[in-house]
Amino acid sequence: MSQIIQWIEIGTIIRSLGCCPSEGELHDLIAEVEEEEPTGYIRFEKFLPVMTEVLLERRYRPIPEDILLRAFEVLDPAKHGFLSKEELIKYMTEEGEPFSQEEMEEMLSAAIDPESNSVHYKDYITMMVIDEN
Amino acid sequence: MGSGVSTQHHFAFQNAEKAFKAAALIQRWYRRYMARLEMRRHCTWSIFQSIEYAGQQDQVKLHNFFSYLVDHFTPSSHNENPGTKPSGRDAGAAFGNELPESLRHLPHSLRDFLNRMFTEERSPQDSEMENCRDYESIEVPDSYTGPRLSFPLLPDHATALVEAFRVKQRLHARYVLNLLYEARKHLVQLPNINRVSTCYNEEITVCGDLHGQLDDLIFIFYKNGLPSPERAYVFNGDFVDRGKDSVEILMVLFAFMLVYPKEFHLNRGNHEDHMVNLRYGFTKEVMHKYKTHGKKILKLLQDVFCWFPLATLVDEKVLILHGGVSDMTDLEFLAKLDRHKIVSTMRCKTRKEHKKQAEKGKANQTSSAGRPSPWFLPESHSLPTSPLRPSSQKAHRAGRSSSVPCRVPLDPNELSHWVRHSVDLELERCRQQAGFPVIKEKEEPLPLASEADSEAEGRPEPTQEAWRQVVDILWSDPMAQAGCKANTVRGGGCYFGPNVTERLLQKYNLQFLIRSHECKPEGYEFCHGRKVLTIFSASNYYEVGSNRGAYVKLGPALTPHIVQFQANKATHTLTMRQRISRVGESALRALREKLFAHSSDLLVEFKKRDKDKTGLITLSDWAAAVESVLHLGLPWRMLRPQLVSSLTDNKLEYKSWLKNLAKEQFSHENIQSSLLEALYRNRSNLETIFRIIDSDHSGFISLDEFRQTWKLFSSHMNIDVTDDCICDLARSIDFNKDGHIDINEFLEAFRLVEQSCSKGYASDC
Repeated sequence: MSQIIQWIEIGTIIRSLGCCPSEGELHDLIAEVEEEEPTGYIRFEKFLPVMTEVLLERRYRPIPEDILLRAFEVLDPAKHGFLSKEELIKYMTEEGEPFSQEEMEEMLSAAIDPESNSVHYKDYITMMVIDEN
Repeated sequence: MGSGVSTQHHFAFQNAEKAFKAAALIQRWYRRYMARLEMRRHCTWSIFQSIEYAGQQDQVKLHNFFSYLVDHFTPSSHNENPGTKPSGRDAGAAFGNELPESLRHLPHSLRDFLNRMFTEERSPQDSEMENCRDYESIEVPDSYTGPRLSFPLLPDHATALVEAFRVKQRLHARYVLNLLYEARKHLVQLPNINRVSTCYNEEITVCGDLHGQLDDLIFIFYKNGLPSPERAYVFNGDFVDRGKDSVEILMVLFAFMLVYPKEFHLNRGNHEDHMVNLRYGFTKEVMHKYKTHGKKILKLLQDVFCWFPLATLVDEKVLILHGGVSDMTDLEFLAKLDRHKIVSTMRCKTRKEHKKQAEKGKANQTSSAGRPSPWFLPESHSLPTSPLRPSSQKAHRAGRSSSVPCRVPLDPNELSHWVRHSVDLELERCRQQAGFPVIKEKEEPLPLASEADSEAEGRPEPTQEAWRQVVDILWSDPMAQAGCKANTVRGGGCYFGPNVTERLLQKYNLQFLIRSHECKPEGYEFCHGRKVLTIFSASNYYEVGSNRGAYVKLGPALTPHIVQFQANKATHTLTMRQRISRVGESALRALREKLFAHSSDLLVEFKKRDKDKTGLITLSDWAAAVESVLHLGLPWRMLRPQLVSSLTDNKLEYKSWLKNLAKEQFSHENIQSSLLEALYRNRSNLETIFRIIDSDHSGFISLDEFRQTWKLFSSHMNIDVTDDCICDLARSIDFNKDGHIDINEFLEAFRLVEQSCSKGYASDC
């Protein structure tokens, strides 16, 4: 048997099981599976029943492509079809559940078209969705 | 108007709320996307690591094979069997005159090798390394435009050397040997545990594994600054193997060590070992870069390697060593042992003790009792306490845990001693062949008497303990659970838990441990409550984009400050998505190849789960079957979409899947697929064997040698191949029909060289 052990965040696991919780929802979920005195580790025996229920209830469903598009359109009321780099940064770091600097940089690296310094969100979404599959 | 304003506010508020919600939605989606990417990265990492460790276990099989040969090869004190080919050795050496039938067909070169490795050669001369000044006679042609060295070295020379290598120049063999010789002189004076102290202003930088990746070393010097009296460095082992510039790395490290002996420190790693180098590419690199003098260089290196200090201690507070520790680690003992005797941590059986006993007229012990037990052997030869036999785990854990399983005392004449002997003999032969006068040396007194006595009395053998202690610190890995158990993945050393670390730190009043030995995605990792720091300096180790490298600077009060890097400009411009997908592809390729290599066994397992003979199995069954054959511990169901493309009714048609795997792998349709499978499965061992057979490092082995060796190997490994098959195979590889096989062509023809590996000389990825 392999002895290779990797440290994986519980949030990563939950998300890769098909769930799409918000940070707040994730926080609540973790509180449910944590030890009474948090050790920094989650025990599988505690995690399994909670997670099973989440999956059976189909909680935290992923976001359909069209809803995602509409979200971008809300941020682009003038219907330009794109968001400037500054706008994207402002929304992602000041609104909702703000990104960390690292998250912001990573998103920018893939989303921003360097020539126009903006993100054409329709294309961006299409690209990301294809990539997932 | 009021209502107008409030409506405005209302709208504004609504819009703000909408924007907030929209942003939150996008963030939620994005975080899930990143999590899935992260998961993919973890899977890829698992694939690489498990394949890497499985490769290390191949070493076990190889030793098994050699031991099996040795079992049938009984040396005696009589003269050489007239039926065998002359070996060209001194009259003093002797071969068995009771060679079994099978061994009479052993290729000459392989027999030589076994002879060298497994028996003692008695030689009237024991040439001391100190007098190995061959390099002085090597001429450097005027046309040579590479760097020239003169000793004693000056800082400028060392810097110039780095620059020369940066522009891809090559150092002439004469200077290589000269530098090695000088390095050895210096290393010999160092203690086993190098003690270093920081003055108020001095900074110490500790670097981990480099594995022949010169770009990373140059980057570190560029970013952190060149070594100087104010800038101390500790390099924590594994300078060579896998990467393509191991020679250059060694040259640079040795140059700075000679220039700044008080500030520049090197620890031994498990790859500073000629046996490991045979498999992992360093030997190959040397022979390729130095066709004429390579062998000489390798011999000298073999000795230099065992003179590396085993650990470095900074301010008596921070212990730096390559692998880790065990519950038996004894620093005082380590400080006192004769580290030079530990030539290789890969141990072999020996019959030497047998012979010595006979000579001394002692009672002839039976072979099984007198034979020192091999360390790695997992099968019948091994004793109950072998780390590789699960049934022994209990007994193992009761006592100590890690490396040495021997119940019987070791041969008093330490393996390393006669390896050194045989090394000297080889050198001597080299010299003789080259026409140098034979140097008459006083025979080195062999410490026989006392040790033989102690062995007879059954007292534990000090050198055995020494060997165990060294293996522990060079091969062990930390684990999360408490305790200390045998490191079965690597085949040596142990896994040590936080309590073991704590006990050691307390016992010796240390602050923390710095070690390397394991690749980490971020180039470093803390564990055991930040008491153990793993530092790994070979970036992009598995593949471009696979991991960062890192080094650690010890500041005032020895607080660690980590610096990360990735020595490949290309990766900076790739997004994480692109990086991960690239790495993922090559990992999957490697995995598919492994699957192909076990096609027959997989088919058996699939059939077992297809009782109704429908030709289909469920995905759960598929995952279970694959794991039961490959034992890689990978999340097969997660990987399934990448490995299995089409499903019928949510089930897998396994026969056609296996066929597709095969199609991807090879182009020689006329070669029997089971043979190919066997070749793929054992390719790293095969390559090592080839290099051993090719004793003059010409790059060619004769058809006969290949056939005989392959026959022996396959019969030992229970690989079912007919004679005709082997002949066909051999003939098909002999492209120019001259009775010789070019090793590299052979490997290339069957794509046995890891293609996803972008490194030049690595034989294993």
